[in-house]
Amino acid sequence: MQSSSKNKKRKFDVTKYMVYIIFVAAVIIFGVWLGGTFFSVANILNIVRQTAMISIMAVGMTFVIATGGIDLTVSGIVPMAGLLAAIILQHTGNLFLAVLAPVLLGAAVGSVNGILITSLSIPPFLVTLGMQGIFKGMAMWVSNTKSMPIYDSMFCTVFGFGSVGPVPILLVWTIVFMLLGYYLLNHCTYGRKVLAIGGNAEAAKYSGIKVNRVIISTYMLSAMLASVAGLLYAGRTKSAKYTYGENDEMTIIAAVVLGGTAMSGGTGSVIGAIVGSLLMGMINNGLVMGGLTVSQQQMVRGFIIIFAVAISNFGNKKKKV
Amino acid sequence: MEQKQYAISMSGICKSFGGVPVLDHIDFNLEKGEIHALVGGNGAGKSTLMKIMTGVYNCDDGKIFVDGKETKILTPNDAKKNGIRMIFQELSLIPTLTVAENIFLNHELVKNMHTDKKEMALRAERLLKDLEIDVDVSAKIQDLEVGVCQLVEIAKALSVDASVLIMDEPTASLTEEETELLFKIMGRLKSKGVSIVYISHRLKEILHIADMISVLKDGHIVITDKKEVFDMQSIVRYMIGEKAVNQFVYKERSIAVSKEVLLEVENLTWEGNENSLSFHVNKGEVLGLIGLLGSGRTETMEVLFGLRRQRQAKITLDGMRLKINSPSDAVKYGITLIPEDRRRQGAVLWHSLLSNITLPNLQANSRNGRMQHKKSRVFSEICVDEFNIKTEGIDVPVSSLSGGNQQKVVIAKWFKTNPRILLMDEPTAGVDIGAKGEIVKLVREFAQKQGGVIFVSSELSEVMAICDRILVLKNGKIINEIKREDITEEEVLQNAIQQ
Repeated sequence: MQSSSKNKKRKFDVTKYMVYIIFVAAVIIFGVWLGGTFFSVANILNIVRQTAMISIMAVGMTFVIATGGIDLTVSGIVPMAGLLAAIILQHTGNLFLAVLAPVLLGAAVGSVNGILITSLSIPPFLVTLGMQGIFKGMAMWVSNTKSMPIYDSMFCTVFGFGSVGPVPILLVWTIVFMLLGYYLLNHCTYGRKVLAIGGNAEAAKYSGIKVNRVIISTYMLSAMLASVAGLLYAGRTKSAKYTYGENDEMTIIAAVVLGGTAMSGGTGSVIGAIVGSLLMGMINNGLVMGGLTVSQQQMVRGFIIIFAVAISNFGNKKKKV
Repeated sequence: MEQKQYAISMSGICKSFGGVPVLDHIDFNLEKGEIHALVGGNGAGKSTLMKIMTGVYNCDDGKIFVDGKETKILTPNDAKKNGIRMIFQELSLIPTLTVAENIFLNHELVKNMHTDKKEMALRAERLLKDLEIDVDVSAKIQDLEVGVCQLVEIAKALSVDASVLIMDEPTASLTEEETELLFKIMGRLKSKGVSIVYISHRLKEILHIADMISVLKDGHIVITDKKEVFDMQSIVRYMIGEKAVNQFVYKERSIAVSKEVLLEVENLTWEGNENSLSFHVNKGEVLGLIGLLGSGRTETMEVLFGLRRQRQAKITLDGMRLKINSPSDAVKYGITLIPEDRRRQGAVLWHSLLSNITLPNLQANSRNGRMQHKKSRVFSEICVDEFNIKTEGIDVPVSSLSGGNQQKVVIAKWFKTNPRILLMDEPTAGVDIGAKGEIVKLVREFAQKQGGVIFVSSELSEVMAICDRILVLKNGKIINEIKREDITEEEVLQNAIQQ
């Protein structure tokens, strides 16, 4: 039996490209509605800047969801990472330490998440929800619910206001982590293992993959990227506050799922997740510019999340064997 | 012959899968109030026939009569409406619900817009009492023994009027007492006019309980007759058939089995097994493990592959003591398993051939953790050619292939890791005859290259064809060892496992 790599093209898989279709549709809708101001360079850069944190966290979340898990901890880590950086800068002024400590914190939180999920088989939803509460509370406690200013201009430049040529630094960070995530998922053995676990953890185990280890690593990755996002929030506002990152996890999950990663795992797209994040950011931006109230914005966002999951499930029907 | 007296009469049933006929003009009649045993090797068509009766599959040709009336059974619901019930091998009970809740699942009693728990408990209790099953109806299924669950499963099937009951290996997980109880229940059902189709590999039980026996072989019913006509020997003979064309004949080895021991296993056991096993595999040897369901064949494999925790066993490969705590340890040592359940364990079915084949071979297809996409494509293409996998390409999902070709994917991915020991658990289950032959050939070739194979199969003709030595298992221990030379015919093996 001969087989060739140039076999028949399979049916065009709409769900795979759904996020791009919706993205284009949204651009057209907002363009018609809001006119030229929506397309101005300033506004586009604004959207990119606003969504940088979501995009970066979506990269980590893609890996977690691709294994069939979920990580709600991120919105607890974001404020804690920012506050930790602010405290260290206040007391030591050591920039290196102010970056390293939050990232290590993320790694630690992620590994605890992963160990609880794999070794004690607690559902990821509960573990990470609990962890989110712990760190949100901790952030309120250490900051006394006050905003902590950051005076270190270097920190604020690198993590917020700087730019490389005409490109804002936040966009640079987004691209860096997007490429990193894309490389890991699409070009490394690690990505293969992640997808295999999400596809069929049992078969992955039977194939000799250290399933628990890989799962733990995805939660570490997600939490570390949440720490980075926390630094970016802090740098952008020159301060750290316990409210930063609030409800981000929902936006991120919606973005990831919209981007073609199935909630049940086994598929995943980093680029899709970034486009999904931009889409979410664009919708936020467009709704604000369109003059919707905060409550209206929230409702529309809610609809979009349902929409995202509906599409994900639609695409997943094939998966059932 | 008038068809009135039959509860179910199937005539001229034909069914083929992917052009391969599985059932060929089957006539099967089930009288009212009879226990009709259906026996035959794996792939003989027993379960396909039952799936047609219960509407899971539709037959390509043929008619089904229920109570003498021609009836179309196209869906499981049609079967239910006609009083046909099947008791599944894998329990269909929900572990977190109580016995009563399970029994009334999906047909709950309702009073005043809410479920009438009291009444359900009462009726469940009465039902179980009638059947003499001693179990608390408010107990949760997860807290009960497997055997009790099986009995509850039967009670559940009887909670709705059933005129035909199909049982597939119902005694596999029952103790002797529970089996006795089951037989009593069956006797009582029979006197009430319920007809039972009884599928089992345990011939002793069949000779004990059945009224009629039908033997299926290669999609034909070889014989249907009263129990009294048969004895164990004759059933076995019918199952195996005349020693005519059989592609599974033992081939003399071109290279003799080495005297050198490759794998030595001492005191292997597992949780819940009071006995233990010790055996060895020589270089280039194919060792068969045979026994009835629940004899410990699969468990033995699982221990060797690190899926079951245990401490006592001393496992030595090439003189080196192994510590196997997980499948990844086993793979590292060159011990690989072709698992029994291909869909769940063997492959990520909805992922592509490429992903599946490269999964245990990531190292060979990457450099410093970086996938070499071109190389892995070539690698997969070579596998497709080498193992003769019939597919549209390496990017289609494995689920789009036939059972035999899916299994070849699983075998290919492991062969490519160059294992020392190959564990094969029912590698030909659900595989068509052509692919079976190919798989047998692959195993032979592997052994010739001085690898060791442990081969588990309930298909005895296959075991005969490739194994150099056979261990017979029962209750988690070895009860017999048969050398290749001593197997004159398949009956020897059949009788050995029926001990």
